[in-house]
Amino acid sequence: MIVTGRSIAPGHASGAALVSDKAISFFGGVDPDSGIVLEQGHPLHGQSIAGRVLVFPSGKGSTVGSYTLYRLQYQGNAPAAILNVNCETITAVGCIIAGIPCVDQIQIEDFTDGDMLTVDGDTGSVTFHQVKSANRLPNATGLDRSRGEMP
Amino acid sequence: MDLTSPQQAMLDGTHGTAVRKSMQILTALGKIYGAEKLIPVTSVQIAGVSYDNLGEAGLRFLAEMAAGGGQARVLTTLNPAGMDVEAWQPMGIPAEFAAQQIRVLDAFSQMGVLTTCSCTPYLIGNLPHFGEHIAWAESSAVCYANAVLGARTNREGGPSALAAALTGFTPAYGLHLDANRQPSLRVDVQAEVRGTASFGALGQVIGKALETRAIRLPYITGIAQASLEELKSFCASLATYGGAAMFHMPGITPEADGVRAPVEGITITSAALQTAQTEMSTANPIHVDFVSLGCPHLTIEEIRRIAERLRGRKVTKTFWITTARPTKRLADQMGYTRIIEESGALFAVDTCCVVAPIRGRFQAIATDSAKACYYAATKNNMQTLLRSFDEVIEEALR
Repeated sequence: MIVTGRSIAPGHASGAALVSDKAISFFGGVDPDSGIVLEQGHPLHGQSIAGRVLVFPSGKGSTVGSYTLYRLQYQGNAPAAILNVNCETITAVGCIIAGIPCVDQIQIEDFTDGDMLTVDGDTGSVTFHQVKSANRLPNATGLDRSRGEMP
Repeated sequence: MDLTSPQQAMLDGTHGTAVRKSMQILTALGKIYGAEKLIPVTSVQIAGVSYDNLGEAGLRFLAEMAAGGGQARVLTTLNPAGMDVEAWQPMGIPAEFAAQQIRVLDAFSQMGVLTTCSCTPYLIGNLPHFGEHIAWAESSAVCYANAVLGARTNREGGPSALAAALTGFTPAYGLHLDANRQPSLRVDVQAEVRGTASFGALGQVIGKALETRAIRLPYITGIAQASLEELKSFCASLATYGGAAMFHMPGITPEADGVRAPVEGITITSAALQTAQTEMSTANPIHVDFVSLGCPHLTIEEIRRIAERLRGRKVTKTFWITTARPTKRLADQMGYTRIIEESGALFAVDTCCVVAPIRGRFQAIATDSAKACYYAATKNNMQTLLRSFDEVIEEALR
């Protein structure tokens, strides 16, 4: 299956989906070194976004969050790619400066944790590699994270 | 979004990696906010300069952009740093912090950005005229540029402002377009508002009324006059508490007469201003151990007034006078600096109490700035005392 959204940040990456129906604040809400979600009460609290295709509605919080994504990238713990419903400045700028492919105008309901995805940030297409719900991977570390726009 | 062929060449990497990344940022923002095209800008103000805010990640990004051949194509100035660039030691800044801060400024300098280190670019040579399209970060200056000067800018972040500087373009959306400069809420001020602290309190009250609204552009009546200093303070507060990037004030701001006043409105009484002042005065005056004037950076007239009041007297608390380097030079020339320094007060040039790394150093701050109160409480965990300009000077002497 392929869904097509809108290209926000270029590059290609694959990984397992990590899905949240709540907005994410990268500054303060995510540990900038490990990629673990710190925000109390957040559905992803305690989970790592490292290497995952992170699916969430929109970013929120301080604009410094763009630099959090950049820091996660050079620590090797950035998400493989980001999919949003409505991308905003913090996430868009963070993805571009960090070289993380980003696509928006997708629907959260199309995605389930562990879906194996390939994201093409240049065209906005997202490819599902296996039937949903089968063989979900809890963590995508070690998967192909090749990108077109590495710094 | 339609790109011209020179813009497309920038996006394709013809002008190097820094310009390509900048163009990626601008086209992504243009897409997100529905811009049809990129338009040229004539002036940029970049925020995200203090190492206290940027951290190692921000510094790395700036160094990467400088190494990638980024060069400012238009007049570009810089927000305050985390320290007085020349005299950081008397401010109690650790040497490691100073070293990182200098690296940040070096990266900007390498890109041809003027390292002005001030939140009031309009006081020191970056003064756009009416109708000019610009790309400014620094929320207080954005509000001043749109409302008071009639220039046109969205609230840029550090990277998007840098991207505008390195390409000379910004996406045409938001406050660049006439339709989005129409007011959304009428505010009738039925109170006497005088002085920077009082205008700051007004900004807090209006800001809080706007906070939950999608469009945050008030049309404010009832203010007969306002000085540059009062407007500077008001803009800082309105932007901090309400996220507003513009306002109209008939008789004072240039676009007020060309817009239709909204029907829906609120009234602000002196009681509301008093409540705001009380909310921003959490400190018992006896606990005040830090006094700061210059958020936003002081004008030469404000420095003259401080010198007049400090002449021959001694301060009893740490008292920071924060301003831009060129303004300080004028104060030197006029003899104000000597009078102020003889009192024991300290010039903290290039920086301010909001962006310097002072968390944990002080218990309570006295200031005339509503914006400074917000950041003292949220970022630096201090109690606050909002007082008039002259009363703040007296706090330092008490």
